[in-house]
Amino acid sequence: MWRVGTVVALHDETMTARTIALEVPDWPGHVAGQHVDVRLTAPDGYSAVRSYSIASAPNSDGRVELTVERLPNGEVSPYLAQELAVGDRLELRGPIGGWFVWRTQQTEPIQLIAGGSGIVPLMAMIRWRAATAGCAPCRLLYSVREPRAVFYRGELQALSDRSNAVSITYAYTRATPKDWPRPPGRIDATLIATGTWPSNLGPTSYVCGPTSFVENATELLIAAGHGRESIRTERFGAIGERK
Amino acid sequence: MSEPMNYLDGNAAAGELSTIFAMDVTTAEGQCAHCGAFKRFAEAQLYMQAPGVVARCAVCEHVLLRLVNARPHVFLDARGMTYLRLDM
Repeated sequence: MWRVGTVVALHDETMTARTIALEVPDWPGHVAGQHVDVRLTAPDGYSAVRSYSIASAPNSDGRVELTVERLPNGEVSPYLAQELAVGDRLELRGPIGGWFVWRTQQTEPIQLIAGGSGIVPLMAMIRWRAATAGCAPCRLLYSVREPRAVFYRGELQALSDRSNAVSITYAYTRATPKDWPRPPGRIDATLIATGTWPSNLGPTSYVCGPTSFVENATELLIAAGHGRESIRTERFGAIGERK
Repeated sequence: MSEPMNYLDGNAAAGELSTIFAMDVTTAEGQCAHCGAFKRFAEAQLYMQAPGVVARCAVCEHVLLRLVNARPHVFLDARGMTYLRLDM
């Protein structure tokens, strides 16, 4: 079933990513971690459907936020991240997916691992946990190309300053802030050991990012003693133009 | 990594499958007809660059499901799964 949402606000997160706030009158509510399908239809009837994660926490006011990263050869994301204007309408299907979600009833520690725009559904979980004053201890390992590629920077800073909201470890793959102790590079066993919950605390891990990132992080978690069943993954890639 | 990683997870097919199934398929558990692995559909490897959608077993990579949308028909081939258990 397709619903129509109206763009009510736009906010640039980085040079290439934008948050789109939509008002969806008959929105049934969502769970943190879910996504929506967005359908764009050209005047000649050609239509393209892509999936984007919901960045906003669950709420009942019919407002949904998506953060879309512009992909260089994307068919849909350049339009959403550049041309879309307040007042425009978008067709949405969802919320979708009941597996890659975090619910407030979960009390075990939460380990979030994001690669690039994989932060989006994890942000919904962080926001929802903060909004409900959830007591599940929460850590985020966030891998980004460079400091200016961080999404939600100010909000993440504020939440990590707040005691007990979320503890964040950044991992930079191309360029680091000045005097950063670790040279740029992919997430490795050392970062998993220092930046994530140990397996004996029984965390549930949520890993979201490009397919190769998710594979790497998942293998490192398993090597660190985490059971495969405790790891939930969400992959995206250019083909599905996910996120 | 010998092969390019070009698959997503079962989650990515959930929107398309919602046009067929009344219940959420991502949390459904299915058994691979080839290796017998019993996994959530969300954990399957999903290939979307074919004319349709192909889901493969995360353990043995055997094809679990194929979905082709050829309006006005949708073709669903799920013979790669012995069964699918959906939550009511």
